[in-house]
Amino acid sequence: MTTPTPAVRKPRSSWTPAQIALTIVALVLSAIWVSPLVWALSTSLKTPTESVASPHWIPDDLTFEAWKGVLDAGNIPNWFVNSVVVSVCVTFIVLLTASLAAYGFARTEFRGKSALMAVTMAGLMFSPAILGVPLFTTVQALGMVDTYWGMILPQCAPAAMVYILYKFFQSLPRELEEAAFIDGAGRWRIFFTIVLPLSKPSLSAVGIFTFIASWNNFIWPYMVTNNPDLMTMPNGIATVQNAFGIVWPQLMAGGLIAGLPLIVVFVFFQSQIVRGVAHTGLAGQ
Amino acid sequence: MSSTTTTLATTLRPRTATAAESARLRWGRRFQHGGWFVAPFLVLYGLFVMVPVARGLYLSFTDANISGDHTSFVGLDNYREALKDDLVWSSLWHSVQFTLYVVPAIVVVALLMALVAHHTVHFKWLWRLCFFAPFLLPSAVVGNLWWWLFQPVNGMVNHVLGTDTPWLTQKSTAMLAIVVATLWWTVGFSFLLYLAALQAIPRHLYEAAELDGAGAFQRLTHITVPNLRNITGLVLALQILASLQVFDQAVVMYQFTPGPEESTRTFVQYTLEQGFTSYRVGYASAISFILFLIIAVVALGRMWLLRDREEGTTR
Repeated sequence: MTTPTPAVRKPRSSWTPAQIALTIVALVLSAIWVSPLVWALSTSLKTPTESVASPHWIPDDLTFEAWKGVLDAGNIPNWFVNSVVVSVCVTFIVLLTASLAAYGFARTEFRGKSALMAVTMAGLMFSPAILGVPLFTTVQALGMVDTYWGMILPQCAPAAMVYILYKFFQSLPRELEEAAFIDGAGRWRIFFTIVLPLSKPSLSAVGIFTFIASWNNFIWPYMVTNNPDLMTMPNGIATVQNAFGIVWPQLMAGGLIAGLPLIVVFVFFQSQIVRGVAHTGLAGQ
Repeated sequence: MSSTTTTLATTLRPRTATAAESARLRWGRRFQHGGWFVAPFLVLYGLFVMVPVARGLYLSFTDANISGDHTSFVGLDNYREALKDDLVWSSLWHSVQFTLYVVPAIVVVALLMALVAHHTVHFKWLWRLCFFAPFLLPSAVVGNLWWWLFQPVNGMVNHVLGTDTPWLTQKSTAMLAIVVATLWWTVGFSFLLYLAALQAIPRHLYEAAELDGAGAFQRLTHITVPNLRNITGLVLALQILASLQVFDQAVVMYQFTPGPEESTRTFVQYTLEQGFTSYRVGYASAISFILFLIIAVVALGRMWLLRDREEGTTR
């Protein structure tokens, strides 16, 4: 052991030529992907006249007028609250009902289970885009047009999330649950104290993607609300162009205000998201 | 220490359940049935998926309007009309055209991004953030942003390329503009799937190949690519299904119009125009089911392909 064997490599410098080349490719791609956002920021800090002058990245006279104008329009805080209420409720309901259903399908036996499972999986093929019109008339019949519930509940039946969690629960070793069973714990206790804590990465991935989808959902709130007080951020922003006419700095400031909350959230949660995607087994399917 | 002894003592002692305890047990036993776990989801699913599906199917055989008054049964008339409706076929073609352009682009770019982000040693978080950030934007914001970027005069795209193409107002580039915006917006999701798949490839495969003298390119073609086959199938399926339903970003980029010479009216857009602008709910439901049939064929086709492969391989 005193003489180093040839198989043991010297710790090589991380900046090999290959690494430098890869990093340059990554830098170029990142620059292309971020530049539209930077351009939006640059536009939002210009005066309306300067924004339509020949394109340049750094504003000549920096102004926050557009940001102030959008914020003072009075509706943004309202839209923001609506978006938070809708997305938080949707995420909570989906996490609870989808994980319960996935557990029921993965770990319990009852008559008609495989038929119900098949019906649920058929839901992978239906999307709000296809169901749009009949979904609207159903919600209308339930008297939920122009209500929070009308915006929230139809987003709470994603078969895909049940499927992802079902696959994950199936991959958990049964022994953990069996030990608790022998100790006399019921299914519900096992679900909440053993299965859910083990599923944190998967649940956070499902939760985060549900939240993103709900926060950015445009078509459904657009169809189900006429009341401007119930508008969510994406819908409000889409109508800003009508309110202001086409004033680019205002449009871009509004867009950044609508988009920033999720980007900030992602900065903090990005490693959990990547781990969650890996953990669900979705990627290695 | 003391708590352990107490639990041991209580479990060992033959116990007589109090009334409250046995009531709780009985309650507990009644709800042990697996049906209670799936019930909450199935209620929502029934109300907001199955009922609309059944309702849509029924409406597609009627001449219903949005108010629901004076509905009468018209048999297959709506479907017959749809087959003869040029706008059904042209809008369907626009959605298919969009899918044919955007799906290969997403797969190639997402894979490239994932390889780069996986194999670089430094700043991995930065690449992840940059590639994924656009996915976090609402579709309306994406639509407005690219509407601005594609402006013929003083738009950033023309400025960078040194051209003066009227991207959004001529038929030949109108769809391309939506494809570029969508690629930029949604590639991050597929990128994450690829990244997770790359991380799941066992390291020892690469180490063994390296010891056997395989170069970087050989490792890529012999280890990485074969191991990504499954995830590519998943990405393709998800993207095809999503792309056929394109709507949001397209209508925002074209301010809810059908685009230059009606070249960007997508299928979902036409459905909603019929349902909410022309108030022809029955007809709109019928054409929705045509799209559903296409999507069902794609989804079942994927299942069939997968089954075929699982039987073929020994794993």
